[in-house]
Amino acid sequence: MKDVQRPRCARKTPFDSFAFKRPHGRTLASGTALAGALGLLLIPAASQAAWEPTKSVEFVVPAGTGGGADQMARMIQGIIQKNNLMGQPIVVINKSGGAGAEGFLDVKSSNRNPHKIIITLSNLFTTPLATGVPFSWKDMTPVAMLALDNFVLWVNSEAPQKSPKEFVEAAKEGGANRFKMGGTGSKQEDQIITAAIEQSAGVTFTYVPYKGGGDVAAQLVGNHINASVNNPIEAVSQWRAGALRPLCVFDKERIPLKEPVVDNKSWNSIPTCKESGLDVEYTMLRGIFMGPGVTPDQVAYYVDLFKKVRETEEWKDFMAKGAFNVSFKTGDEFKTWLTAAETQHKTLMDKAGFTKQ
Amino acid sequence: MPEREGNLEALGSLIQGFGVLADPMNIAYMFIGITLGVLIGVLPGLGGANGVAILLPLTFSMSPTSAIIMLSCIYWGALFGGAITSVLFNIPGEPWSVATTFDGHPMAQKGHAGEALTAAFTSSFFGAFVAVLLITFLAPVIAGFALRFGPAEFFAVQLLTFCSFVGMGSESPFKVLCAMMLGFALAAVGLDSVTGELRMTFGSVELLRGFDFLIAVIGLFGIGEILLTMEEGLAFKGKAAKINAKVVWETWKSLPRYWVTAIRGSIVGCWMGITPGGATPASFMSYGLAKRFSKNRQNFGNGEMEGVVAPETAAHAAGTSALLPMLTLGIPGSPTAAVLLGGLLIWGLQPGPLLFIEQKEFVWGLIASMYLGNIAGLIVVLTTVPVFASILRIPFSIIAPVIVVICAVGAYTVHNAFLDIVMMLVFGVVGYVFKKLSYPLAPLVLALVLGDMAESSFRQAMLVSQGDLAIFWSNPLVGSIVTLALVMLFWPVISALLRKRQSRQDGGTQVIPVK
Repeated sequence: MKDVQRPRCARKTPFDSFAFKRPHGRTLASGTALAGALGLLLIPAASQAAWEPTKSVEFVVPAGTGGGADQMARMIQGIIQKNNLMGQPIVVINKSGGAGAEGFLDVKSSNRNPHKIIITLSNLFTTPLATGVPFSWKDMTPVAMLALDNFVLWVNSEAPQKSPKEFVEAAKEGGANRFKMGGTGSKQEDQIITAAIEQSAGVTFTYVPYKGGGDVAAQLVGNHINASVNNPIEAVSQWRAGALRPLCVFDKERIPLKEPVVDNKSWNSIPTCKESGLDVEYTMLRGIFMGPGVTPDQVAYYVDLFKKVRETEEWKDFMAKGAFNVSFKTGDEFKTWLTAAETQHKTLMDKAGFTKQ
Repeated sequence: MPEREGNLEALGSLIQGFGVLADPMNIAYMFIGITLGVLIGVLPGLGGANGVAILLPLTFSMSPTSAIIMLSCIYWGALFGGAITSVLFNIPGEPWSVATTFDGHPMAQKGHAGEALTAAFTSSFFGAFVAVLLITFLAPVIAGFALRFGPAEFFAVQLLTFCSFVGMGSESPFKVLCAMMLGFALAAVGLDSVTGELRMTFGSVELLRGFDFLIAVIGLFGIGEILLTMEEGLAFKGKAAKINAKVVWETWKSLPRYWVTAIRGSIVGCWMGITPGGATPASFMSYGLAKRFSKNRQNFGNGEMEGVVAPETAAHAAGTSALLPMLTLGIPGSPTAAVLLGGLLIWGLQPGPLLFIEQKEFVWGLIASMYLGNIAGLIVVLTTVPVFASILRIPFSIIAPVIVVICAVGAYTVHNAFLDIVMMLVFGVVGYVFKKLSYPLAPLVLALVLGDMAESSFRQAMLVSQGDLAIFWSNPLVGSIVTLALVMLFWPVISALLRKRQSRQDGGTQVIPVK
């Protein structure tokens, strides 16, 4: 990144000396001159400014390319580059093996490495429970909650059901396993919500796992399944084209976006599932974690960075398009949320029999 | 659903689309994209999906139209470039060029590298052109077709790919079966997508991600080939290749002969791209069909040009038409389309039925760039044919280490994992042993790439039908595909029976076998 006007100062840390040794063995003096010109290196100076990355930062995505987490990570990468929010490049790396276990294990084992961050999806909680691979959020350092992804109950617009109540009744009348619920992956967020609906309404669905949210939405439009719990961004275009109908949103409150999406209906006009008698609440964490053993200084740097990302127009636009819940949490507040979310997942998965014995 | 657009209106919009392209910056992005794409295609491992994903964030400061033009041109370039190393070194640069190695590499060994490359590039272009015409004039009608594909239909298509490829061949059926079962076993390692549990990972972190098709292919074909060449005398067989610009013209003269294969390949490709099955299965299916129905079927595998035309037309047609379900339905038809889809969302465009109506400039700019991008791509790659063909003249002792390094880099970039390089070497030895014992590699590779998909489609279908196999004949679409697949599988038996009857009738009216 050519970034000339960058007189950001840093206290001399062990990493600074490392940075000066790296570029092709230049002497300190010429190195400093070049650093001034290119702005690639940090100029040590007496200042109270905190830690900064001294080499490129690895941004791990514990999911494949093209999915929701990957999109968000690459969006963030683009925002950071475009707005020069960081003096070093940030590189997105997908480590999707074993439902994301590969990525989490990588970060878990990156002790005291401040140049590696990871974006999470629900597999932070579900993968260790479903596969038995040993990791938990407590093995990493929580940085920030960026947003919460919403889930909406969708049916084909040709289906007669207009409310969650009618949907549950139809599923009951159809008999056990007659209604097919499509979702992304197995024993992950979509199936957990399905299980939660089953437990709360006393119905049973046949859950059919697909590879991605786009596939699920298209399968619902093609009437191969009866319902889905797609994220807003995955299904909005089909809603606007009149092919799908939203029944309720699984967040605690309605989505606050009041701009009309289609026929004077906005995201806000979709009732919550709870208010329409289906007592299920679920949102998915889009959060950032670092490896264990990093210093508070380093965490503070990333918290600050993501605050800046959140303030950009591009990010706000992205949040509105995807109808995200834009909560932002850090520190103890974030940890409290994580503890509660972990318990919620454990309870739901135990009840549904998804936990590996 | 969007209104059907008249063809005239489509033409008008297309002309406007070319207007968007008239911006010199967009033309520049196009050529940058094509060149980068060819490079990405040449390097095994660094596939189109990775290449596009890496460059995606760089495009945020461009207008969405320029950005998608550049990124899709990378994709076209990668589709073209994949054939280069397949032909020259038996190393498929991209998954969809595996089938190109079957005849492309033997051609190069016989000294016809130039012809093989020209045939590959020209048929790629032909396949893409058919697919773009389809997108231009039939987009709204055809998009709806993809919606009819549920799990049962997907499995039917995958079964058809297997059956069209496997039901024949001169190898012993036992060896074919062995190779295929090994492929299925390797494909099963890792996460079971239906139960969400781990299979055959034996507690190893490295095995979590399973055996990647690309790494297996780089090892089996690339490293295996080098081992064989080392045994046979440390020299490339194809170094007597004619190298001059005329080779392009001469090859073009002989290509119209294969029009049936090219059209069949394009149809298979478009169909597989739209449904969406992907470019790799399309290329295998097209090769299998060509081998079955060609007059020259005996020569397939020994350097038959038709065996290059078939997979290349299908792969490029599928790669191009895969963008259609992405744009109109938001379902990515290939891994690269999945990344482009992410890009669209990031740029604030909502793929779906309304994109063609609300974002006319963008959509038609993209479609126009498909025309120009493919023409530009063809020019770029054809002018380089003599250059690439002359690589074979470099002494083996110099080029072989370079190839091994490129293979290793390629294997590493797939997942950024060192163990993958080791796996690549192991696969190299397996490939060598297979060749020595004359076991076929193709069924192994096919099972590895399709095993996963076929398994999950089958199990999804079984979930939907509650375990009832009748779902595969539950509607005319799925029923006819499955039946066709089974006919293909048992074709040797069926044709033998037909021949028997024919000889018994002796002299009577001839029985013409129906396919």
